[in-house]
Amino acid sequence: MTTTTQPSTPIGTGTPGTTGSGFLRGLGNFARARETAILLALVIVIAIATIKNPNFVFSNDGFRNLLLTPSIIMLMAVGQAVVIITRNVDLSVGSTLGLTAYLTGRLFIDFPGIPIIVVFIAGVAFGAFLGLINGALIAFAKVPALVITLGTLYAYRGINVLWTGSDRINASDMPKPFLALGTQTFLYIPVLTIIAVVVLIAAGWYLRNLRGGRELYAIGSDPSAANLYGLKVTQRVLVAFVVCGALAGLAGVLFSARYGTVNSQAGSGYELQAVGAAVIGGVAIFGGSGSVWGAAIGAYLLLTINRALPILGVQDFWQQAVVGVLIIGAIVLDRVLAIRTARKLVEARDK
Amino acid sequence: MTESAITGTKTTVRTYKDYARPLWRRLIISREAAVIGGLILVLIVANSTVVNFGTPITFYYLLLDVLPILLIALPMTLIIITGEIDLSVASTMGLSSVVLGTLHQGGMPLELAALVALVVGAIAGAINGFLITVVGLPSLAVTIGTLALYRGLAVGLLGTTAVTEFTKSWKDFVKSKIGDTQIPTVILIFIVLAIAFAILLHFTPFGRGIFALGLNDEAAKFSGINVERTKFILFMLSGVISALAGIYYTLRFGTARGDNATGLELSVIAAVLLGGVSIFGGRGALHGVIAGVLLIGALGSALRLASITSDVINIITGTLLVLSVVSTSFLAWLHNKRTKPGGKKTLSQAAKS
Repeated sequence: MTTTTQPSTPIGTGTPGTTGSGFLRGLGNFARARETAILLALVIVIAIATIKNPNFVFSNDGFRNLLLTPSIIMLMAVGQAVVIITRNVDLSVGSTLGLTAYLTGRLFIDFPGIPIIVVFIAGVAFGAFLGLINGALIAFAKVPALVITLGTLYAYRGINVLWTGSDRINASDMPKPFLALGTQTFLYIPVLTIIAVVVLIAAGWYLRNLRGGRELYAIGSDPSAANLYGLKVTQRVLVAFVVCGALAGLAGVLFSARYGTVNSQAGSGYELQAVGAAVIGGVAIFGGSGSVWGAAIGAYLLLTINRALPILGVQDFWQQAVVGVLIIGAIVLDRVLAIRTARKLVEARDK
Repeated sequence: MTESAITGTKTTVRTYKDYARPLWRRLIISREAAVIGGLILVLIVANSTVVNFGTPITFYYLLLDVLPILLIALPMTLIIITGEIDLSVASTMGLSSVVLGTLHQGGMPLELAALVALVVGAIAGAINGFLITVVGLPSLAVTIGTLALYRGLAVGLLGTTAVTEFTKSWKDFVKSKIGDTQIPTVILIFIVLAIAFAILLHFTPFGRGIFALGLNDEAAKFSGINVERTKFILFMLSGVISALAGIYYTLRFGTARGDNATGLELSVIAAVLLGGVSIFGGRGALHGVIAGVLLIGALGSALRLASITSDVINIITGTLLVLSVVSTSFLAWLHNKRTKPGGKKTLSQAAKS
């Protein structure tokens, strides 16, 4: 439990003390390599795309889009990673994004002149509230997250459709400074990316260093053991879902700033991208291992590949197939690495 | 229910809780009965309040609409009872639709193209099964991956184009009715399959094995069930049936497109879980699932006829799904509370905690 990204092999705790810290450090290095591998893949994709078409990176628009496009999914992937680490999953994030995106537009229409910061707070709070509903149903009723969030995926989307109808928020409904956020850059870095990275750093730091974060890993590794150990499982899981909802809410606000138009289908299908990004980034679907860094890089890889494919001459219809291959490749890789770790641990024990 | 069954096997005293009550109570007080009751209630209320709901033509379209979900719900039930899940079914549908369309466009007779589409479905299911049983990956992650992969292949093969030329006789067959009634002929395919699956699940050693490995796959393995083979077969079945549903979908709407049936997997899973199948595995029955699918379908059709926006059905589906699982937990909790202090059930309760 001393490394951020310990693979979920239970053997780790049973290793003899003689191999001690050196071994753990080795394990830590090894685990870090998981994120390094994804980062490497991302760099390779960017490099190849840039060689083919220098504008992919070396133009104002190219560089901006490179950073900007994945930011929204990245936020959702971070939230998703927090939930998956506790051995749960949140499928309702796409619908949450849709609802908060529409709320954002609605607030600007119904309260002209409303400060942008208030809209941000409202969006995050509303997202957190939707996450709280998920979390409360899951944590108190002890029902699997997959079922509950599948239900709320429908319910939230239905409420959204009922509320929006055939209505649509247009760019003209929202104030210019807010829309500018979607394209503005600060020191060549898009503002949306900065927001996403700040959230990422905060989440990464929390999971790595604070007690609450470590407990999330403990719960994901073995929920009943965590319970017997005296961890507040219910409360932590609830918080994880609130965080995930809040981040989806933030993503919703950013979505309306970035795209300017919001209809009732905004964000549908994003849940699979968020889960996919987390899985590609090495967050084990059965909890207890992985990091938000990995999930964030996974999101970047996913969307950057999407943008790179047309440059490489692959018709963009094939994007989704590539995404699928990536997800499967990532979990197979994780499996192979886990088996190898387990074998090494057994060898170390038998020595 | 899952818990009580587990308790039954764990206690040293052999008490099979499910059989502790008389047959009529077991039949009437169950999740399946509740869903069937809900379905009947919806039918009665809709019949008396919604104009035109009680007409045969409504049921004709209702059955045509829910047929893909009905079909895929069969293997999905078995898969969820083993404690696994298959999210890739709708993408397999899309893939089989595109394969059918492309081959037929290339001059292959429809029957042969449909056969190839079924084989493609079987291969798609086998890939899932291979990754899950041989490589040993979690089915949730694998099928999220193949959800994207199969859909990607489907969209990649056809792009934004669509194939709309299909043999007329087959298109007519899909929409044909049995004799003078308003019952679609294709429902017979479902009935045959439903009977086959019901026998497979409820009356064969293979089916008992499915329940056993859903409750505890390690214990199932030690009692001689081939866990890997069972799961592999189920995922392959799921692929074949999804492909069949894809062929039906293509012929019914007369168009093969890459994005056919997108998102259908969620409707299938929602209906299966609503029908009383436990997501933890080990519990469920096909009649409940079929009632669950029809319940959602009938509600949707009634609401559409009452010209309530068709998307309200999303809220209802979602809420029903959440309520159905939460109510199970709540009833178990209540039961626990009621029987805990003293009484004859303390023994099994003690084993539970």
